Amino acid sequence: MTVLEKAPPLAAPRQQWSEPAKRNLGLVGVLVAILIVGAITRPDLFLDLNWLWHNELLILTQSSAIAVIAVGMTFVMIGGGIDLSVGALVALTSVRCTTVATQQFGSGGMIFTALVVGLIAGSINGVLIAYGRLVPFIATLAMLVAARGLAQMISGKLTQRVDVGNVLINQLSFRSVLGIPALVLIMLVVGALGWILLNRTTFGRRTFAIGGNPEASRLAGINIRRHTVLLYALSGLCCGIGAIIVVSLSSAGAADHGDLYELDAIAAAIIGGTALSGGRGTIVGSLLGVVIFKGITNLFIVNNLEQEYQLIVKGAIIVAAVLVQQFRVTALWRRGGASG
Amino acid sequence: MTTTHESAVVLRLTGMVKEFPGVRALDGVDLEVRAGEVHCLLGQNGAGKSTLIKVLSGAHRPDAGRVEWRGVEVAFANPQAAMKAGIATIYQELDLVEGLSVADNVFLGSEPRRLGFVQRGQMRDAARAVLARLGHGEIPVAREVAKLPSAAKQIVSMARALSRDARLLIMDEPSAVLAHDEVANLFRVIRDLTAQGIAVIYISHRLEEIRDIGDRVTVLKDGRTSAVNLDAKSTPTRDLVARMTGRTIEYVFPPRRASPPSRAGQPLLEVRDLSLDGEFANVSLSVHSGEIVGIAGLVGSGRSELLETIYGARRASRGTVAVQGRPLRPGDVRAAVRVGLGMAPEERKSQALVLDDPVYRNVTLATFGRYAKAGFTSATGERSAAGRVADELELRPRGVDRPVRTLSGGNQQKVVVGRWLLGGTRLLLLDEPTRGVDVGARAELYQVIHRLAADGLGILLVSSEVPEVLGLADRVLVMREGRLIHEAEASTLDEHTVLDMVMAGSLLETEGAG
Repeated sequence: MTVLEKAPPLAAPRQQWSEPAKRNLGLVGVLVAILIVGAITRPDLFLDLNWLWHNELLILTQSSAIAVIAVGMTFVMIGGGIDLSVGALVALTSVRCTTVATQQFGSGGMIFTALVVGLIAGSINGVLIAYGRLVPFIATLAMLVAARGLAQMISGKLTQRVDVGNVLINQLSFRSVLGIPALVLIMLVVGALGWILLNRTTFGRRTFAIGGNPEASRLAGINIRRHTVLLYALSGLCCGIGAIIVVSLSSAGAADHGDLYELDAIAAAIIGGTALSGGRGTIVGSLLGVVIFKGITNLFIVNNLEQEYQLIVKGAIIVAAVLVQQFRVTALWRRGGASG
Repeated sequence: MTTTHESAVVLRLTGMVKEFPGVRALDGVDLEVRAGEVHCLLGQNGAGKSTLIKVLSGAHRPDAGRVEWRGVEVAFANPQAAMKAGIATIYQELDLVEGLSVADNVFLGSEPRRLGFVQRGQMRDAARAVLARLGHGEIPVAREVAKLPSAAKQIVSMARALSRDARLLIMDEPSAVLAHDEVANLFRVIRDLTAQGIAVIYISHRLEEIRDIGDRVTVLKDGRTSAVNLDAKSTPTRDLVARMTGRTIEYVFPPRRASPPSRAGQPLLEVRDLSLDGEFANVSLSVHSGEIVGIAGLVGSGRSELLETIYGARRASRGTVAVQGRPLRPGDVRAAVRVGLGMAPEERKSQALVLDDPVYRNVTLATFGRYAKAGFTSATGERSAAGRVADELELRPRGVDRPVRTLSGGNQQKVVVGRWLLGGTRLLLLDEPTRGVDVGARAELYQVIHRLAADGLGILLVSSEVPEVLGLADRVLVMREGRLIHEAEASTLDEHTVLDMVMAGSLLETEGAG
């Protein structure tokens, strides 16, 4: 109890670039490279600063929904899990918050509904995994199927338009604050909150610990089950926010919204350095991963290239990102290899 | 008996040496095995038995020494080479592919084939023949191995060895996973094999088994052979135990405290009739403040399970655990931590550390909430707390920002122990605290343990090294096969007596001594 009384304060640790920071810098380098390729292939557009500014804002706006979802996904993956249901949850929430009944309560009611539905669906994932002992892959796969079906049932497979009266939702997608689109601001705010939550709070600390070594965390007295539920609930909440963005962009809720978002979100997290095995990852990396993907799509569109090519390039980027990571881990392992 | 003794020597090892960083696991081992004999290897944990097997099976390359196999000097580059030469090893964790059939497993990697196609019919017939040779023709060759009981799995593993024409079978504690009658059956199989001229190296902690199945015994101690080719039947137990004990390695224990800790008043930890089905039963013990209680027992005696159950990592079937008189909710680690229990588990890397995280985050893994304000963690607070622990435990290197993976085993253990110095811990549970720790760092850990006890912590420690328990603990509990069979002040015990109680076929029972 009083084994440790006083000791001289420690010298502040040397400030140096951490491994994830170096990686994120590399991702920024990839973004710059995309811009350079753009400037070479379409100098008429990319060297026009006005066009360039609006184009980049467009890329960010298109990134916003997946970026928000990727923030939740990053938490889940650092905690050692995976959430395949995010795309379906976007569909479900978008449909649930655009029913005639919900729309009566105005934009506020719709937003509230979206957040609550996302939260509840995510919590169900978490409870199945933490207390039902289902493998995350299976539990969220089941949710993927079921939530999509539920969305179809609620909407009757019809697209639900947002009432013109619900001004906030309708205008969210083309309003700007200080020249920055509102959706981009939402993305940045969610990203910033996610960063703080992950890196500066006990919640984030538990996330890393559980993903890094669940057994050690359990034996250190961390409540793993409760935290697992919270992680998936958080991912569901992010899906709710993502759904609001999607509804705003399309002015509608539909059962086919969010198609394959899970793949984009997982790919972005992996490109950003999040380990599938848990314990490692950064919010900034995941956001950069999303923007890189959208930037590549944009590059192909402005060059009038077919979509197949961009899919191939994206696949190659995922592989390259994982190879880089493996290389680093191997190097780290070698350095520490002398320990017993 | 005489016939086996006169048969040809198939394996002769002379002066085997194998070094690992910080420890000389083998330091001059001699061994001679004859065709058709069961040669027993005896020794305490850490005596070098496992290393010796690994060298023999080609998994490790020796640093020095001579291996003569059937009259020719050999050096096995890998396990496949040893296998090819006719040496097969059957490890405790059998190397079977659970999802494949018995026949597939028997011929794994050497399937009879033609033009690249596996000859399934031929393979099954051959598997049946080998199993019949082992007296187990009843094992269905098409059955998935996962569905077999462990005794049958062992037979399948032996069948594989036979199918490769093994002339020497090395068996590492084969009886550990078997029930009593299954052991008898295993012995029958072994006798059949030796009758066919196959040599067997048999490792076991159970003296009665060695008496039963063994022909000759070689005893290892501290990486050396302390006796070769003793007769397994007639050598007195007393002599065998004597050859295994009496350390030559320096265990530097801190001096005993002049006055033993008081056992008056309410104990810190009181365990009553604690049972965990299939692991241990009716264990009662108590630990007082400032006291070091040691549990001596072999792997599989239920000692680690006992610690984990006290800690709440496993839920007890029956019985109670009370800390300072208040009962603890079973199966609830967080409740245990709240009332001041801390544990350094047996498997440091998989159970205690987040290896890629820096030292300070590992030190504060159980307590980071304490340094946080309103849910926001304080890296500064955690670093300086970890720094105090690093100073207190003389962590080397002292830096708290390096990944814990890069530390040596001893320093990693200090991180695990140090974790519990921050949180008002009153009772430390230490499971094999010096496993994988080199000699120098051991002495330091011993010092730390003594200092903590002197500061008033209660300590309950488990070790398979008897001298360690005797050297550290004030009071010693002996555990065997899930039961506490003896309790005494450490000063009244010696290594002999304890080791004898720890191993089945005890002196107390068989020779009425003590």
